[in-house]
Amino acid sequence: MTISPSDDPEYDLAVIGAGAAGLAGAVTAAELGLSVALLDTSSQLGGQFYRHPAPALGATRPEALHHDWSTFTDLRRRLTDSGVTHLAGHHVWTVVRAEPKDLWDVHAVTGADGNGERPARVRARAVLLATGAYERQLPFPGWTLPGVVGAGGAQAMLKSGLVVPGIGVSSVRAQPRAGIGVSSVRAQPRAGIGVSPARAQPRAGGRVVVAGSGPLLLAVAASLVTAGARVPAVVEAAGYLGYARHLRVLAANPHKMAEAAVHGTALLRHGVRLRTRSAVTQVHGADRVEAVTVSRLDRDWRPVRGSGRRIACDALAVGFGLVPQLELATGLGCATRRTRDGSHALDLDAQQQTSVPGIWAAGETGGIGGVQLACVEGELAGLAIAARLGGRPALTESGRARALGRRRDRMRAFASVMAAAHAPGAGWTRWLDDTTDVCRCEEVSAGHIREAVADYGARDARTVKLLTRAGMGWCQGRMCGTAVACLAAEGPGAEPSPSPERRPLAVPVRLEVLGALAEVTASGAGDPEESADPEKGAGR
Amino acid sequence: MARDRSPAELVGAAPDAAFEITFDGRPITALPGQSLAAALWAAGILAWRTTRVGGRPRGAFCGIGHCFDCLATVNGEPNRRACLVPARPGDAVTTQEGHGHDDLAVR
Ligand SMILES: Cc1cc2nc3c(=O)[nH]c(=O)nc-3n(C[C@H](O)[C@H](O)[C@H](O)COP(=O)(O)OP(=O)(O)OC[C@H]3O[C@@H](n4cnc5c(N)ncnc54)[C@H](O)[C@@H]3O)c2cc1C
Ligand code: FES
Repeated sequence: MTISPSDDPEYDLAVIGAGAAGLAGAVTAAELGLSVALLDTSSQLGGQFYRHPAPALGATRPEALHHDWSTFTDLRRRLTDSGVTHLAGHHVWTVVRAEPKDLWDVHAVTGADGNGERPARVRARAVLLATGAYERQLPFPGWTLPGVVGAGGAQAMLKSGLVVPGIGVSSVRAQPRAGIGVSSVRAQPRAGIGVSPARAQPRAGGRVVVAGSGPLLLAVAASLVTAGARVPAVVEAAGYLGYARHLRVLAANPHKMAEAAVHGTALLRHGVRLRTRSAVTQVHGADRVEAVTVSRLDRDWRPVRGSGRRIACDALAVGFGLVPQLELATGLGCATRRTRDGSHALDLDAQQQTSVPGIWAAGETGGIGGVQLACVEGELAGLAIAARLGGRPALTESGRARALGRRRDRMRAFASVMAAAHAPGAGWTRWLDDTTDVCRCEEVSAGHIREAVADYGARDARTVKLLTRAGMGWCQGRMCGTAVACLAAEGPGAEPSPSPERRPLAVPVRLEVLGALAEVTASGAGDPEESADPEKGAGR
Repeated sequence: MARDRSPAELVGAAPDAAFEITFDGRPITALPGQSLAAALWAAGILAWRTTRVGGRPRGAFCGIGHCFDCLATVNGEPNRRACLVPARPGDAVTTQEGHGHDDLAVR
């Protein structure tokens, strides 16, 4: 086993994703003597949960937007101490088996948005997939208006950019609407003169309604109010009774209760109302959000007729839970399982290994479970990989490994209760009207998709996609995938898809990069260090 | 906790000097370390693209690089994800109408 050749482009382990899971995995494996490369699209460590302002923003109290901040700073310190090579600004688009067969090639494009000139390749004996999750979205009339943003997205923009959506005045160059002429609200440049940058933010934030389903909504609303936004309402589609049926599981996960209590306290203090069994069923506004209609839902998430109430706001932060990000894994042929909220997660063994030997996974890729679970799974995977590559099977039998395994199982049980409690009810499609765009990229309406299902017999998302282009755009169906599958399932004889759709490229790749792949593969590893510099890699 | 606290005050931010970028020719202020999308939001701007089919306004949606709604033309180059690209002094962001160009393989 190599000890610490961090300048050698061939590593023992390549970890993809520098969130909680990837960090814990990388640190654990490196401390046990493996050479580790840690790749992430972002220029910073931390993933979604520990997202924080770039150094130039000079945050002296980054912990103000996180609980558990010391867990992160501890991992970050250990990462440096253990000599892990952090490859920032690396967007991995595929992982393939190398020659000789016991190695893997991890291919990435580089730069802030993957537009950099120089693709990179990292070769490793094992791969840990810690690619996290993205938000599940369900469409509703008006959800494409500017000012409607993902709930996790609002959180991410707040944590990294210190901004809240819907403040100030807007400038939208929309098509002229018949009879009205071009809307010409113009943004005023912020008066910056004599005002220090930190104070240049407006004193009062916008009004942001937070809606959708899942525990993330409470976290997002709490951050928003703490950062000065006003939150007229938090609108949760599920009830909380789904949890109450599982008191044993709840009692075994007191940290989850404590977390909810912290958010709940912040919301109470700011007088934020939580409306359960309700949803935003319409967004109002010409070129940007001006108000939303909130309707009550029945048990199946069908809007109750006549229950709509209008709430004025400047933005809407919406999300219906999270979905594991599996493109790289399914591209490798890793087996998946269906979770209790109808999405797909990786099927992992007790040591966090996927069905493909040599490919491990941790965190949200194995099912949505939160940041503590991600840390535990990352550490377990790190132990298991060091055991396998170092020929030290005793590592996985240690007291440490067994304790981690028990914690993981407890938290997985909670995750399963949570998934079931917030699983979208079938009735949500009733809040769509036929003109609602379901696919944001290709602008495919609900009416168009229903036609494909009713008149042309589409029974699954794949057929709908071929008939309508829904899910064929830039985001590759990440935003509309759940909705299209639900609409297809409303046709007679439809069945839920047994496996997630395979997308050969996990991130968009320029054609010339694809073309150059053969060349890269033939000419050896290149020097990943050289493209590790996000400045250089940004290609701007 | 005071309600009128800004995010920057909350985290005790003491950023390096602010700088100017332009949006459709008009100057706006950006802080070093902010993405273009964050700088636009801070200036109250929520839309910087119009869609190909309906010509409808769009801006940042997912905030983390997944949805591609935030595509903007930056210094003449179309299809840059504003939520990922950091703001640099003098950047010229222009509303992207429709396509830009089409040289990405997405599947
Ligand atoms: C937008 C968003 C906001 C969230 N906010 C909160 C919150 O405020 N509070 C909370 O409790 N939970 C939040 N979560 C949930 C949070 O994701 C998890 O609790 C936790 O971060 C899981 O850790 P992880 O390591 O599994 O994944 P993540 O933290 O998501 O880390 C995955 C990492 O993989 C990287 N990655 C993915 N694909 C690639 C690729 N192809 N190439 C290179 N790198 C890649 C990503 O850039 C990311 O850094 C949020 C989730 C999302 C999606
Ligand atoms: S906001 Fe979704 S990709 Fe930028």
